[in-house]
Amino acid sequence: MHNKSIKELASGLRSGEFSSVELTQAFLARIKQHQSLNCFISVTEDLALQAAKLADHRIATGNADLLTGIPIAQKDIFCTQGIKTTCGSKMLDNFIAPYNATVVEKLNDVGAVMLGKLNMDEFAMGSSNETSYYGVVRNPWQTDSVPGGSSGGSAAAIAARLSVCATGTDTGGSIRQPAALCGITGLKPTYGRVSRYGMIAYASSLDQGGPMARSAEDTAILMQAMAGFDPKDSSSVDMPVPDYQAGLGVDLKGLTIGLPKEFFGDGLSGNVAAVIEKAIQEYQKMGAVVKEVSMPNLKLAIPAYYVIAPAECSANLSRFDGVRFGYRCENPQDLTDLYTRSRGEAFGKEVKRRILMGTYALSAGYYDAYYIKAQKIRRLISEDFKKTLAEVDVIMGPVTPSTAFGIGEKMGNPIEMYLSDIYTIAINLAGLPAMSIPAGFAEGKPVGLQVIGNYFTEDRLLNIAHQYQQVTDWHQRSPKGFE
Amino acid sequence: METSQEWETVIGLEIHTQLATKSKIFSGAATAYGAEPNTQACAVDLGLPGVLPVLNEQAVTMAVKFGLAIEAEIAPYSVFARKNYFYPDLPKGYQISQFELPIVGNGHLDIDVDGTTKRIGITRAHLEEDAGKSLHENFHGMSGIDLNRAGTPLLEIVSEPEMRSAKEAVAYMRKIHELVRYLGICDGNMQEGSFRCDANVSVRPLGQQQFGTRAEIKNINSFKFVEKAINHEVERQIELIENGGKVVQETRLYDSVKDETRSMRSKEEANDYRYFPDPDLLPVFISEEFKSQIKAQLPELPNARKQRFREQYQLDDENAGILTASRQLADYFEFVVNESACEAKLCANWITGDLVAALNKADLDITESPVNTQRLAGLLLRINDNTISGKIAKQVFELMWQSSSTADEIIAEKGLKQITDSGAIETIIDKIIADNPDQVEQYLSGKDKVFAFFVGQVMKEMQGKANPAEVNKMLKAKLK
Amino acid sequence: MTLTADDVKKIAYLARLGIDQQDVESYTKDLSGMLELMTQMSETNTDGVLPMAHPMDQSQRLRVDEVTEQDNRNNFQAIAPQVEEGLYLVPKVIE
Repeated sequence: MHNKSIKELASGLRSGEFSSVELTQAFLARIKQHQSLNCFISVTEDLALQAAKLADHRIATGNADLLTGIPIAQKDIFCTQGIKTTCGSKMLDNFIAPYNATVVEKLNDVGAVMLGKLNMDEFAMGSSNETSYYGVVRNPWQTDSVPGGSSGGSAAAIAARLSVCATGTDTGGSIRQPAALCGITGLKPTYGRVSRYGMIAYASSLDQGGPMARSAEDTAILMQAMAGFDPKDSSSVDMPVPDYQAGLGVDLKGLTIGLPKEFFGDGLSGNVAAVIEKAIQEYQKMGAVVKEVSMPNLKLAIPAYYVIAPAECSANLSRFDGVRFGYRCENPQDLTDLYTRSRGEAFGKEVKRRILMGTYALSAGYYDAYYIKAQKIRRLISEDFKKTLAEVDVIMGPVTPSTAFGIGEKMGNPIEMYLSDIYTIAINLAGLPAMSIPAGFAEGKPVGLQVIGNYFTEDRLLNIAHQYQQVTDWHQRSPKGFE
Repeated sequence: METSQEWETVIGLEIHTQLATKSKIFSGAATAYGAEPNTQACAVDLGLPGVLPVLNEQAVTMAVKFGLAIEAEIAPYSVFARKNYFYPDLPKGYQISQFELPIVGNGHLDIDVDGTTKRIGITRAHLEEDAGKSLHENFHGMSGIDLNRAGTPLLEIVSEPEMRSAKEAVAYMRKIHELVRYLGICDGNMQEGSFRCDANVSVRPLGQQQFGTRAEIKNINSFKFVEKAINHEVERQIELIENGGKVVQETRLYDSVKDETRSMRSKEEANDYRYFPDPDLLPVFISEEFKSQIKAQLPELPNARKQRFREQYQLDDENAGILTASRQLADYFEFVVNESACEAKLCANWITGDLVAALNKADLDITESPVNTQRLAGLLLRINDNTISGKIAKQVFELMWQSSSTADEIIAEKGLKQITDSGAIETIIDKIIADNPDQVEQYLSGKDKVFAFFVGQVMKEMQGKANPAEVNKMLKAKLK
Repeated sequence: MTLTADDVKKIAYLARLGIDQQDVESYTKDLSGMLELMTQMSETNTDGVLPMAHPMDQSQRLRVDEVTEQDNRNNFQAIAPQVEEGLYLVPKVIE
C-alpha cells in the first residue's frame, strides 16, 4: 500500500480494497519499524486512527475529497491544536499549540489523516537537520548521510514511505534541498500562495509553506488543499487557485528553458552536473528549447540572505522569552536573568548564531551598511529574475551543488553549510515558485533538478515535473530496505 | 523665581491617543476598558508562535481623519516597523509602530494663550500598538502582567519643540484633546489612559538659538500633572545648570504624589531599538479617493465652529470657547437655539451657566444631561415671553433637573407664573410703603439704596412671581 | 570586518541571549566569517536602487473593525510557565 500514489489509494479506499484505518495502521507500523531514521518528533497514533475512522465514514457517505483518509504528516513548524508543536527546539518542547495553522486546518477539513509531526532543523535554521533538538534525521538512501534541511524529516519520511506526502516550509531552500537529497518531489510556492498563519516564523518575508511528495501528481493534489487566500495572513494573495491536476496534461513543445551560466560554475560537482544535463536533454526530447541566460547578481544571494533572514529572525524569535509559553529557566533572579537564561538555555547554537547576526545587522550604525544594502541587492536579484523570465518560460538548474553529505561533515563550518543553499536562496529573495524533481543518482545518492517559474505559475511547474515523470521513473525508486 | 527671566523653556509633546476602535489594531480582540486580566488578549496580542497581524481599517481611517483636521500631509505610502526591546508588557519583544514613513506628517494646530493665538507645528502622527500593563502588587515578590491593553491602537502625535511654557503645553494638549474627541477618534478618558503624553523639556539661555539638552518625562495622564511636571522639570534643570551641573538626556518619570520627576534608569540602558520594516505587514497605500471620502465625513472643527458662533450668534469669545470645546455641547447649544427661537445669548448664558454647573456638580457629560434640548428650550421660551423671571427660571430648572416634567408643567403645577396684573402689585406696594415709614423717610431724604429694599420686600411678598420691571416702574411712581 | 569578543557580548545582551563564556570565541569567529561573506555586497553599486522589503509589491489589506476573538484565557494560560489570578508572573518589574 505504501508505494501507491494518492489517486491509487483514493480509489482503493472507495472500492473497499482497504479502509483508511487499515492504511493508517500500515503507515504507523512502518514509522515504528523505521524509528531509527528519526523522522518524527511526535507520532499521533490515537488521533490518526480517530481521523481515519471519520474519513472512512466520509468516504462511505460519498462526502470525500481525494485526500480524505490519506495518511500525511506535518512538519513540526505548523501549529496543531492540542498537539505538541516544537519547531525542532528545546524552547517549545512543552508547547501544546492552542490553535491550528491555516494549512493544518485546510488539510483537516479535507479529511487527510495526520500521522504525526516531522523532525526539522531548529526553527527551520539549517540545511542538514542536524540543528534539531530532537537529533539528526537519517537519509534513507544512505543512513550516515544527512537528509538535508530544514524539512529533513518530511523528505526522509516520504522517501522511506513512512507517509504518503508531507508539508514543508522553504525560507532559503528548506523544501527543495531535502527533496533533492532524498529523491522526492517538492514545491516551494510563490510567496503569498500558501498561508503563513500558524506556521512558526523564521524569516517572514521569505518563509513559504509547500507540499512534498513522491510524484508531481501527488504534490499537485496536496498543493490544491494547501493553497489559497487567508484573511489572517496579510501577505497572503487573494487570487483564485487553479486546478493543479487539470493542468497536468499539457505537452512541452516549444517550452523555453533558461540555463543560467551562474548555476553551472565552479561550485557544482561534476556528477551532479552530469545528471542535470541529462535531465535537460530529456526535456529537449520532449520539444523544449534551451537557452543560456545570465543573472549576474545571483552570486550575491547568499550574503544578502544571511543579512535579511537573520535580521527578521532576530525579531521573530524575541517572543520566546519564558513569560507566556515555552521554556523558562529555573529560578530567574530578575527580568534580564529570565530572558538571557531562558533563551540561552533553550536555543541551539545555529539559532543563536543567526539571532546574533541579525541583531548586529540591525543595530545602530550598521543598519544601512548591512540591512539596507541587502534589501537593495535583493531588488537587483529580483530584477535579474524578472528580466530572465521575460525571455524564457522557466529556468532550470541544480538544486544543490552536491549530493547528500555525511552527518557531522559540515557542522563545524557554518559558512560551508550555508553555501549548500547557493542555488535555492535567490528564489526566496525574489519570492518565486520553484520545484525540486528527482532527476537521477550520483554515487547511489539522489540528485534533484530545480525548475523555477514566474509568479503564480505553480500549475505550469507541476506539469513540467509531471511530464518528466511520465518518461522517467526516478521518483518511483525506493531506497534499499524501504521498498 | 528671580532667575526665570534669564532662561527660556522649550517643550515638545508626544501625545498618545488610544483610538476608539472596537477591536485592536492588529487583531480581532476587544479593546473595552476594565475587563478581567488577559481576557481580551488573543493569540496575536499575546505574541504566540505563528500568529500574524492584520491591520484594522478603522485605525487607518481615524489617523487620516486626524491628519486632515490638522491640515497635515497624508502619506500616500506608509510603512509599519518593528521597534525591538525586551519588556514583559511587550509580548513579541518588539512593538509594531511606524518609524521612517508615518501615516501623517507635517501639520499644525492653533492654540490660544492669554488672548493671543499661536501656531504649533505637528511633526508627525503615527499608528502603533499599545503595550500591556505590569501590576506591581506583590505576588511572592513577582510582578503580574495583564496584556488586555496590548494591541490597542494608538495614534502618537508628535509636536515640534515650539512651546515655550507649561501653560502653552497645557493649552496645546487641551486643544488636541478637544480635537480628537470632536473627530470621534478617541474618548479622551485620561484616567483610563486613553489620552496621555510624554513631554520633552529643555531650557536654554534666553536668546540662544541652539536647544539645550532635553529630558523626556514619560506617561503623564492629566492636564494638571503636565503643567506641574514641566514646571518642576524646568526648575530642576535651571538649578542644575546654575550650580554648574549638566542636564543629561534621559527618561524621567513624574511622581504626582511627591510632585517631582525622577530618572528612570531601567528604561535607559541599551537604547538601540533596531527599527526595521515589519515583514508581516505590507505598506499602507492611501489614495486620493480614500482621502476625499474621509474629508467629506469630517465634522466642523472646533476653531471654525467657534469663529462661526461668534459671528452667527454674536457670542463673546468666552462663551463661544466654552460651547465649542466639545462637539456635543456645541450641538446642544445649536439645538436649543433652533428649538426655542430665543436670542442666542440667552441660550448661551443658560447653557454655559446653570446647565454646565449642574452637570459638573453631578459629574455628568452633556450627552447624559437629564434636561434635554427640548425641555431647556421650553424653559427659555417662558423667560423670553415674560411668563417667568430669570430668578424663577432657576427654580424651574432645578425642578426640571429632578423630574421629567416640562417647564410649562412645573410653572402651572407650582403656580409660578409671573404676575403682571398691576392692580395686585399696586395693593402690595401700598401695604409695604405703609408698613415701613422709616425707610420711606430715608429714601425721600436721598438714600437711593433703600429702593432695593422696597423691591425686595415686594418680590418677597409676591413670592418672586411679579415682573421685576413692572415692580420697579410702579415703586418709582409711588415713592415720588 | 571582524568582531571582537566584546562586540559579541554586547550584541548578545541586546538580544537577551545567554551564551556560554567558552563559546564566545567561536561565535566571534563565525560572525566575523559571515561578515567577511557580506563584503561581497559592498562591491556592487546599488546607488538609486530601492530597498526591497517584500517579494511582491502589494499593499496592506485592511480588516473590518469587528470583535472576532472571544476570551480564551484558560487555554492560553494552560501553557504558561507561571500565572496567578489570570496574570502572567515575571520577576519584579522595576520602573
